[in-house]
Amino acid sequence: MSRPYGPHILPSDITPEAVFMDRRQVLAQGLAGALLGAATPLAAWAAEPAAADRYKAARNARYSVTDTPNSYEEITGYNNFYEFGTDKSDPAANARNFKPSPWNVTVDGECEVKGSFALEDLLSPQTLEERVYRMRCVEAWSMVIPWVGFPLAELLKRYKPTSKAKYVAFTTLNDPKQMPGQRERVLDWPYVEGLRIDEAMHPLTLLAVGVYGKALPNQSGAPLRLVVPWKYGFKGIKSIVRISFVEQQPRTSWSHAAPNEYGFYANVNPAVDHPRWSQASERHIGGGLLAKRQATLPFNGYGAEVASLYQGMDLRRYF
Amino acid sequence: MALLPALGLLGGVLQIGPVHLGADPVRTLIHECGIWTLRLLWLTLLITPLRELTGLNDLLRLRRMLGLFAFFYALLHMTAYVWLDQGLDGAVIVSEVIKRPYLALGMTAVLLMVPLAITSTNAIMRRLRKRWLVLHRLVYVIALLGIWHFWWQVKKDIREPLVYALLLALLLGYRVVKAVALRRAKARSALARAPEKTAAPAL
Repeated sequence: MSRPYGPHILPSDITPEAVFMDRRQVLAQGLAGALLGAATPLAAWAAEPAAADRYKAARNARYSVTDTPNSYEEITGYNNFYEFGTDKSDPAANARNFKPSPWNVTVDGECEVKGSFALEDLLSPQTLEERVYRMRCVEAWSMVIPWVGFPLAELLKRYKPTSKAKYVAFTTLNDPKQMPGQRERVLDWPYVEGLRIDEAMHPLTLLAVGVYGKALPNQSGAPLRLVVPWKYGFKGIKSIVRISFVEQQPRTSWSHAAPNEYGFYANVNPAVDHPRWSQASERHIGGGLLAKRQATLPFNGYGAEVASLYQGMDLRRYF
Repeated sequence: MALLPALGLLGGVLQIGPVHLGADPVRTLIHECGIWTLRLLWLTLLITPLRELTGLNDLLRLRRMLGLFAFFYALLHMTAYVWLDQGLDGAVIVSEVIKRPYLALGMTAVLLMVPLAITSTNAIMRRLRKRWLVLHRLVYVIALLGIWHFWWQVKKDIREPLVYALLLALLLGYRVVKAVALRRAKARSALARAPEKTAAPAL
């Protein structure tokens, strides 16, 4: 059952996001309507164009790279999402019947406010922004992606984590009927990922709901996914159903599947190779047949923003 | 006909025809050339069982062509890696082959294919005779190195290499069963020819 996330606020009291985003227009309409005796301004939020427009967010230039983004086709057609199959083209092919709505997210663990929340309730107080991030897969390929979302920190603060909350754990939906790849035990379902609390609260850590000004397609992790641009892409858990504040470092799926190959931190690091291949360079998707590999940057080029989180830490041991 | 996959891939490169190399064309090329190397190698190993079970001796000529095409695709596979993926960076390639066992296995397999390719002509077959047979038994080693190389580079989903491994087990198993049966037949005929040597000593 839904519990309010503030002392006296009911979910029904929350302004629908579309109305919030268009509040100036709504108020103006309301004023015009009041002056002219027209219908209530809340009719505005029910209009279809407003709902789709919520993803056309303004770009946050401070946290965006200036590299040219990959095409929408590349971003949504070349995916690692084993819940839908292990080939890069499987998610786009097999996620067609996935239902990202209605969607609920459970928040629990070491926090004052817990419960199961409808996605609309999660999103309505948030201002969406566009951020163009680099994405580096552990397989040594990379893309540049214009995500639409909001900082994870803004969501987490609303649930008032206690001092015992040292980590945040995330869980993906477990539903083999909708996610045919989960019928194979390629990984231990459901997919679990986690961040240290300071990583989760970092301004770069993004909860994404859209890409290229549109809602996330199913194969990209609809309706809600994590983006941590200075870590390998497998940390970007998709189709999140649960967010838990925990005291112990969570057992993450890839680290559990191959502990000598995938670590908890998974910071992009050209100096620490994967046991079976080098991480010193990467292939940028969309470069074409004759494009040269690019040198991989420490922390995927976000060192200035995040290196301080790992000061004094042996990055080879905590890979 | 064995050229068809290569023509398809060439079409993919030139962006004509039905083959699409996808968002990471280099990786697709490397994978497809590798898979066709394995498929053609496995087909060469199928010839002997097929020949012995059907009596069709013409299949031998097919085997040489399939073997040479397997070598061709192996060369394409290696060229795609060395040139398109690693940009002919000799230092990086050497360091990678040394550090990554699966690359060393693959490189060894291709190197072992060279003497087999060179000795594939009729003239050399006639000259080497029995030694040709011994040399070409290397194909078993090459096949094992190939499947090992494939298995070790897969990230997590081992189902594709597993299929090829099982098929190889069948193809090699046929030879094992045949060798055991042959040894048993020889032992039996040796017994039949010299009964006095094996009779129980008279008490």
